[in-house]
Amino acid sequence: MDHLDELEAQSIYILREAFARLKKLALLWSLGKDSNVMIWLARKAFFGRVPFPALHVDTGKKFPEMYAFRDHFGKEWDLDLRVEPCPPIDSVDPTLPPAARSAARKTEGLKLALVKHGFDGLIAGIRRDEEATRAKERVFSPRAVEGGWDVRDQPPEFWDHFNASPPQGAHLRIHPILHWTEADIWAYTKRENIPIIPLYLARDGKRYRSLGDADITFPVASTASNIDEILTELDGTKIPERAGRALDHETEDAFERLRVAGYL
Amino acid sequence: MNMILPTASISATPNGTTRPQVRIVIVGHVDHGKSTLVGRLLHETGSLPDGKLEMLKAVSARRGMPFEWSFLLDALQTERDQGITIDTTQIRFRTRSRDVVLIDAPGHAEFLRNMITGASQADGAVLIIDALEGVRDQTRRHGYLLHLLGVKQVAVVVNKMDRVDFSAIRFKEISDEISAHLIGLGVTPSAVIPISARDGDGVAEHTPRIGWYSGPSVVEALDALEPARPLAQLPLRLPAQAIYKFDDRRIIAGRIESGSLKAGDEIVIMPAGKIARIKTVESWPVTPVDGPQTAGRSVGITLDRELFIERGDIIGHPGQSPRDTRRIRARIFWLHDKPLTKGEQILIRLGTRESRATVVAIEKAIDPGALSNEENAAIARNHVGEIDISLAQPVATDPYTENPRTGRLVIEVNGRIAGGGLVLSVDAGRPAVPVDIVPVESALRPDERSARYRHNGAVIWLTGLPGSGKSTLARALERRLFGNGGSPILLDGDTLRAGLNGDLGFSPQDRAENIRRLAEVATHLARNGHIAIVAAVSPSAADRAAARRIADSAFREIYVATPAEVCETRDPKGHYAKARSGALQGFTGIANDYQPPTGNELTIDTSNRSVADATDEIERMLARTGIVFDELTDLAANI
Repeated sequence: MDHLDELEAQSIYILREAFARLKKLALLWSLGKDSNVMIWLARKAFFGRVPFPALHVDTGKKFPEMYAFRDHFGKEWDLDLRVEPCPPIDSVDPTLPPAARSAARKTEGLKLALVKHGFDGLIAGIRRDEEATRAKERVFSPRAVEGGWDVRDQPPEFWDHFNASPPQGAHLRIHPILHWTEADIWAYTKRENIPIIPLYLARDGKRYRSLGDADITFPVASTASNIDEILTELDGTKIPERAGRALDHETEDAFERLRVAGYL
Repeated sequence: MNMILPTASISATPNGTTRPQVRIVIVGHVDHGKSTLVGRLLHETGSLPDGKLEMLKAVSARRGMPFEWSFLLDALQTERDQGITIDTTQIRFRTRSRDVVLIDAPGHAEFLRNMITGASQADGAVLIIDALEGVRDQTRRHGYLLHLLGVKQVAVVVNKMDRVDFSAIRFKEISDEISAHLIGLGVTPSAVIPISARDGDGVAEHTPRIGWYSGPSVVEALDALEPARPLAQLPLRLPAQAIYKFDDRRIIAGRIESGSLKAGDEIVIMPAGKIARIKTVESWPVTPVDGPQTAGRSVGITLDRELFIERGDIIGHPGQSPRDTRRIRARIFWLHDKPLTKGEQILIRLGTRESRATVVAIEKAIDPGALSNEENAAIARNHVGEIDISLAQPVATDPYTENPRTGRLVIEVNGRIAGGGLVLSVDAGRPAVPVDIVPVESALRPDERSARYRHNGAVIWLTGLPGSGKSTLARALERRLFGNGGSPILLDGDTLRAGLNGDLGFSPQDRAENIRRLAEVATHLARNGHIAIVAAVSPSAADRAAARRIADSAFREIYVATPAEVCETRDPKGHYAKARSGALQGFTGIANDYQPPTGNELTIDTSNRSVADATDEIERMLARTGIVFDELTDLAANI
């Protein structure tokens, strides 16, 4: 087994545990490179069929390429796709800085979707290497009824034994690719021929390393026009992956505040 | 379509994903400098992203503090404000020969559960000690827990050597003390290294200030740690995670914890000891796959015969299977606020199996910080101990020394992991060698039977209070199905208690066993094309759920929901009268322990409708759910 085989096997194990131990699951599909890998892994875990809905919490502000991708592959992969809208900007915490506030709409949209569908488990494609507070996550991460994350009181989790009993009315976040890196995602995408959105590849000296809302996500300087070149670029770069995400850089704790409140 | 589908013609991955990866946990007493060492390691190996150093300088300046490396990992505001690591975190860097995943674990006693969460995933550990303070309780506790978690490779660093003027004598004192402690636990430190994490001495290079030290630097010591040993050489252990029937395949899914398997292998399913052969190894997008599948892989297999398998069963090879037992001795650590006491009811998880259990005895209770034996009445929070557990159902397991993957367990309290540990020994309640059960398959195919009977096999489970009309309906249904040329068989709960289940009483355990046997017999009949009609009070929802798992897709549950007062006025067997007079203990109708079903296929109240009418409705449900075939009359009408 090589490194990618190990990552894959562990993710499949986590997905199957979630399916075995929770009643009403959904997989959050943000259309980006990570959640595409996650859907691929789910199809592997369940032999071609994703046995729970794919939920797209839609801010309405994604790139056109992302919507095209969703509509095409939602059908081709035979997903039970549920698109849920987000409430307007004036419904979120006004003390957050502007980009974070914009992103917080997604948290609110997520909460509404949770109430509407009664999901007790949300599978999300976050990775530890993306961001320092994500590095502290559990694989099965309990959320309070209001969606909040209590980082001071995370349950113990060891030897692939996960806490899978959310308190009444609350839910669990399940993170099947927490242990992957950005380079792992690309190497696996290439190995498995997983489709990607072309915005990740360089055009006119720029490309997106991370895709969010169109108004608060910016491309980085790059000449990488295929996955091999992306991998070579990542091997040498010291630019953090989320450098193009405005919401991370507004204040020291903007991202932490978002995550504690329930952001992914 | 503006979409990109990468082609397979691209050359091999240029990044180093094939480099060996080791996972290292950094543990030690609070304030002994773990986070600082991690920050320094990242800096020295050139692993910090652009702008991070400047960001940390700015964060430190804003708080009016000297530069603080630990802010790199202590990403949370609370952590920065209080100067402690609350939760474990992971970060990566590279040495010359390998990729290292560093797991930074909090030292504060309050957060011991997080330290264990981090350390349980590690191949090796760095134990850090403050040169001035020396070995502390938490140092010893962490050493003990590393040993308990099975982390055998430990490098010790003696930090803050600048605070003891780089004294070789002070270093030797600490080195001797911690080495003796670890060796006493069965762990030999791979190196003991004097360093100053803040200034960089001994981290990546030897500086003149520790000129008297000739051993490896921290980076060199990490370079020497070995990745986890492959488990492929041990006997096969495949704990079943689930059984999937998304199409006509019946796939047993799970991760191979040790050993390997391939199509054609004869296997044994524990704890029941049933034997079968692997028909295929299923996969996606290409299936089936050839060649052996080894430890670590998440696989799916199909078998050459239909056996009842459920989540938690462990598949092994005959002659090398795990033991089945209802009694385990374990060495555990306890993380819950409330001490673990003798007699306590707990839930244990062993692989994918969960079982209720009782703590029969607490044989040892130790504070691993003070290393003192305590009264054996209870294991306190953050302490360790040895316990004897009795399980409510048989499980398959191995002693930890024989298989580290299947020989470990966790304990859950109120849905949350509260402790965990290693299986020291198993007391096999039945022979450890599996019984070689080879079910003989019927000579007839299911479609041959269903063509004759005009129905598929099924288990019709009638549940409800005594006197609700279960037996009456069951008999009417039996007559009706037989009249239509079918093959119904009545399994009345009371009738079977006279023979097959004559050894069982009415305790919850015996009632559960009664239902299990009813379900097994009924399922056997259903698999052979008959419609088994079970009429049994079966008051426990959990027992009925177990019956449904056994009969699987053949199960149809009918709740005979006649009101209790109507049932009592009927009292066909005189039970209500006896119960009222006190002559019948534990009678369900009076004791009111009946748990009505949810998710049943049909509900019938016999107080307001005729038997024929109710039977019609059952028949319609059976047609609707694919048991009884629709009549041909529709076809005839079209001719």
